[in-house]
Amino acid sequence: MERLKAIIVKEAWALLRDPRARITLFVPPLVQLLLFSFAATLEVKNADVGFLDLSGGVQSVEILRRLDASNNFDEVRRLRSYEELKSAIDRQEIIAAIVFDQQFDRSVLSSDPATLGVILDGRRINAAQIVSRYISEVASSVGMEATSARTMHQPSIARSWFNPNLDFIWFNIPALACIIVSVSALSITAQSVARERELGTFDQLMVSPLRVHEILIGKIIPPFLVAVLAGMVFVVAAPIYGVPFTGSILLFVLGLSFYALALGGFGMFVSSLSTTQQQAFLGSFVLTVPIVLLSGFAAPIANMPEWLQPLTYIIPARYFLEMSLGIFLKDMPLSDVLGLLWPLVLLAIATLGASAWLFRARME
Amino acid sequence: MGETVASIRDLTMRFGGAEDDALKGIDLAVETGQITGLVGPDGAGKTTLIRILANLLPPTEGSVVVLGGEPGTNRFDLGYMPQRFGLYEDLSVIENLTLYARMRGLPQSEWDAAFTRLLDFTDLARFKSRLGGKLSGGMKQKLGLACALVRTPKLLLLDEPSVGVDPVSRRELWAMVEQLVDEGIGVLWSTAYLDEAEQCEVVYLLNKGELLFAGNPSNLTDEVAGRVAVVTGFEGRRRELLTRMLDRDDVIDGTLQGRSIRLLFDRPAANDAVVLDLDDGSQVEPARPRFEDGFINRLGGGPDGTSELARRYRMIDGGDGCAIEAKGLTKRFGDFTAADNMDFAIPYGKIYGLLGPNGAGKSTTFKMLCGLLTPTEGSGAVAGHDLRTAGPEARRSLGYMAQKFSLYGDLSVRQNLNFFAGAYGLSRGEARNAIDSTIEVFDLGGDLNRSAGEMPLGYKQRLSLACAVMHQPPVLFLDEPTSGVDPVARREFWTHINGLVEKGATVLVTTHFMEEAEYCDDISLIYRSQLIAQGTPDELKRRAQVVAPRLQAPTMEDAFIALVEDRDAAVEKAA
Amino acid sequence: MKEQTEASVPPPQTKRIVDREKFDVRRLSAMSRKEVLQVSRDPSTYIIAFVLPLILLLLFGYGLNLDTGTTRIGLVVQDDSEAAQSLAAAYHNSDWFEVEQARSVAEIEDDLVSGDIFAMVVIPQGFGEGVLRGNAPPIQIVTDGSQPNNATFATGYAEGLRANWAAGRGLEAGQPDGGNVRVATRYWFNPELKSRYSLVIGSIAIVMVIIGTLQTSLVIAREWERGTMEAMMATPMLMSEFLISKIVPYFVLSLISIALCTVLAVTVFGVPFRGSILALFVISCAFLLPALGLGLLISAVTKNQFVASQAGLLSGFLPTLLLSGFLYEISSMPLPIQAITYVIPARYLVPSLQTVFMAGDVWSLFLPNIAALVGFGVLLLFLTFRVNRRSLM
Repeated sequence: MERLKAIIVKEAWALLRDPRARITLFVPPLVQLLLFSFAATLEVKNADVGFLDLSGGVQSVEILRRLDASNNFDEVRRLRSYEELKSAIDRQEIIAAIVFDQQFDRSVLSSDPATLGVILDGRRINAAQIVSRYISEVASSVGMEATSARTMHQPSIARSWFNPNLDFIWFNIPALACIIVSVSALSITAQSVARERELGTFDQLMVSPLRVHEILIGKIIPPFLVAVLAGMVFVVAAPIYGVPFTGSILLFVLGLSFYALALGGFGMFVSSLSTTQQQAFLGSFVLTVPIVLLSGFAAPIANMPEWLQPLTYIIPARYFLEMSLGIFLKDMPLSDVLGLLWPLVLLAIATLGASAWLFRARME
Repeated sequence: MGETVASIRDLTMRFGGAEDDALKGIDLAVETGQITGLVGPDGAGKTTLIRILANLLPPTEGSVVVLGGEPGTNRFDLGYMPQRFGLYEDLSVIENLTLYARMRGLPQSEWDAAFTRLLDFTDLARFKSRLGGKLSGGMKQKLGLACALVRTPKLLLLDEPSVGVDPVSRRELWAMVEQLVDEGIGVLWSTAYLDEAEQCEVVYLLNKGELLFAGNPSNLTDEVAGRVAVVTGFEGRRRELLTRMLDRDDVIDGTLQGRSIRLLFDRPAANDAVVLDLDDGSQVEPARPRFEDGFINRLGGGPDGTSELARRYRMIDGGDGCAIEAKGLTKRFGDFTAADNMDFAIPYGKIYGLLGPNGAGKSTTFKMLCGLLTPTEGSGAVAGHDLRTAGPEARRSLGYMAQKFSLYGDLSVRQNLNFFAGAYGLSRGEARNAIDSTIEVFDLGGDLNRSAGEMPLGYKQRLSLACAVMHQPPVLFLDEPTSGVDPVARREFWTHINGLVEKGATVLVTTHFMEEAEYCDDISLIYRSQLIAQGTPDELKRRAQVVAPRLQAPTMEDAFIALVEDRDAAVEKAA
Repeated sequence: MKEQTEASVPPPQTKRIVDREKFDVRRLSAMSRKEVLQVSRDPSTYIIAFVLPLILLLLFGYGLNLDTGTTRIGLVVQDDSEAAQSLAAAYHNSDWFEVEQARSVAEIEDDLVSGDIFAMVVIPQGFGEGVLRGNAPPIQIVTDGSQPNNATFATGYAEGLRANWAAGRGLEAGQPDGGNVRVATRYWFNPELKSRYSLVIGSIAIVMVIIGTLQTSLVIAREWERGTMEAMMATPMLMSEFLISKIVPYFVLSLISIALCTVLAVTVFGVPFRGSILALFVISCAFLLPALGLGLLISAVTKNQFVASQAGLLSGFLPTLLLSGFLYEISSMPLPIQAITYVIPARYLVPSLQTVFMAGDVWSLFLPNIAALVGFGVLLLFLTFRVNRRSLM
């Protein structure tokens, strides 16, 4: 017990006293929190669009007025010719151009179908699709009002549970809790053994009566605590961003703990494999990128190709992302949390076991 | 007298943020045709001075003239070898040479001649295409020198070229540089080895940024003429006697030399066994003073003989068993046998030395015995615990001090002490007592909250020892424990070790300092993965005289080199 | 040791060490040659320059599919009429949805919490009667708002499917439904609407940053750490020679890696390449100036591999990933963050790369971007020369 306590205390101090470790501890998470939470939005706001109005009527003006009024669009710019349209799109000055043909005004009022041409920049395909939808919505509502068309079928009522206004920050905060914890936990644990190897203190550790599992536990607990603390920061920060926390804090801490352990296991594995800090850095980088990209944070796992999806089963972030979103926004019950928890437990056991074995094997 | 190739007048160097000047009012001149020595304890300012001459640091005040101009004006005629040799580890020997040849603007037509000469000179021709990182310490050092010499310089600056290098390589290096000096270049050689300093024509002695002495080493040695004596023929334990002698007021320094004791007095030596309160059979004879005596004298003498650490240490009663035992220890890495069939048994209360050139296999043997490497064959035991079957018990009964400072530099002194107390499983009360006592013994009270990494080397080494013995182990493993520290700190270190051994502790030590080898009760000489000689220091010296009859009163270093050369000759004959 | 710690403290005085040698091409070529040897022997080079780009390209190309695939939804049909069944069948038959049918919301709402389904479509009681009467009650679409982007897409698809269904039935009955404005969309450069294209192109930008900034900052920091910098500085070498010798090999290495990525992008991921190789080459070169400049500056300031790697991540990798506009629309970001993007070189690279691949040579777009990149490059290299003095202080 004394031995275990000694190494835990030592690792904790090593983390807090080394100015370089402090950098990894605080700066990247803060920068990510600030940048990510605001920058990472897949909504489209303030898009610039152009229009080429050959109709000279009122209906086109009404559509443009509504577009201009929406905060989805910033500038709605008049284009004088097809050439100007082409060059504006080519140069990415506008993401979309709306073309009203000569008959547009007349057609809207008559029963002939009126066609609105929208040309979009396929280079930014995601934003272009969203812009296209905004334009369609505006155009059809103007069309309906103009003809005061009666309809047998009302459009469906769309509602979103858990996030009624589909506010992006409601997604970002729980998701960032997952991503930032993974980046910190990995980079801290990845350095721990590698640094001792490079500085020569690892031998000192190995000739002491400390057993491998004691070293392992001692090394994993401080980054574990840092990760759990970092995760909890998001729970505390949620109200500041106006994000609700509907679930049980206890469940969140439970999930977070096993997530941190699994990540620590991966980091420790990389660290035991590396002889220098540079290798450890590269290793944790090579690992962090897929963990972030395949977690479902940037794009849903269901959209990935069949052959890639099984790979996500060994990505701890996959399970915790779902848990974090669920507990923050959906008041996820224990039974669902447990279903996501056991893979994390397995991953933690597997990676920590492998690191313990590598510890000794790499001594020779 | 040669031509002056570098001169410094009234040089002061101050680093921003530092309280004290790194160098204060230094005057120095380097002339061709001789080796100028730059000596001083760690942190004295030697490296700073050399870097100023190499135009790597701008001096704060004072005038510096190098090769007839300001530093940096004539870099073609300057050869510089930094502490870590400046080699690219992922380039081969010949690629490193080629790079430096180009960088120094050596015409391509002269390359072949220069490379052949240097490879021949350094005996590296066989390893031309080996990568720099795969060379042994001695070979790296020679390659570093070759790179500095690729275009024959007029001024050669060598920053501690012999740190961590075995005596054979050290001698070869010295011979190489002497040859260069004869060709008319000026050399500034910085070193912590005082026997090297003694051979220089001119020596500058630095301490804490100040010049303590400048001139021919014999001038310094003369200051202690008639104050050195050697005691031989005494009965009883030599360590105990040394302690008693050092505790005398008139003795300022003392060292063991096999079965004799060498003493430095603060007044003309009392050449009388009665005055020194020695037993009847003892003889006291005057001895020739060495540069080191003068150095210690200038620094105000060495420590007293009684070790407070040892006084508080528990008595270790190991009985008749062996403290450390190696039975046929063998380690192979692939095809390469790093240590072959090592056999020795060390009783309690002894100091046992493992000596050998770099890469000979002594580190491998050492590491197998403290459990860092698993032997391929054979077995080892520490304090009766087999390393294979009772690893944790064996590790609990040993204290370990690594070659370079390997405590946690980012942690404070107190945090380091706390950690090691805990790591060795001391209970809370035991830990508190052990730490308090350690702080007192090593006088660490003022520095408890400083980061260990910021301490001067001497303090680091004290702290390393403190951490290694906090759990009062019966066995101590010391891997080149005093590498790079100044002689005074080294004396203090050995005072503690001697005291601990008197209490029954056992010490296994590897070292390149032959003076430290003299402290050993028994020595194993390891060469080319094999144990080639075993015995007390005096026995080894006698053996050396047998194989090399030309030796008279050989030093430990002479013995070492003779035995290694004899082995080489035997192998050659067999082949 | 002590002297090294002292050496890291900035100097209080103003004396500087001045180079008096002339620039020498032979020394430069010697240093470059050495660098190439080292690069080719260091396994981490291959990882950074070839393996990592491959992983990134695969992950972005396959892993980050923003085009919605199949969405699992729950369909609650509370009405037995023919109209309700017909609409339900339309959902069942759609490729976009994988449907789990239920009689009541209560049956499946837990699945929305656990994430087993992502949305619920509720066809209410009286739907069929309403259709006959001409005022059908609206169906309800309930999405899982915890993932807003997917929710928007799912709502759009579900509503679109309903509208199509309604339009189809209206046509059968000879009564067009809704207003008569039709929107004809045309996506230039990417008619198949593949988000993979822009993601793969974006990952090429990331690869350039990794090699140009991260790798470069590590190698110079390594020279400081291993003490070889000290030995080199005592030779007649000039700082400019040293820096150029570092720039050239990594410049070439980056270009090789870009070529590799381009070939992969076109052959494996089917990304079109409509511009010219020349334009791609010019754009890449322009971007490598600030990328390498940043790497050199970082290593000159930090002189330490660990700090350099962290600084490289923060100032190179993360901004390129987040703020260059290839994942997230810059115009949607809050104004202060938009302002920051102007100093991120990748911001000027991404539109040019997208254009040269998907649109063609639009020099009127390339030139201002290239000018900005070159400007940053010159500024960063200038700063590097200022910082990287020949001195150990």
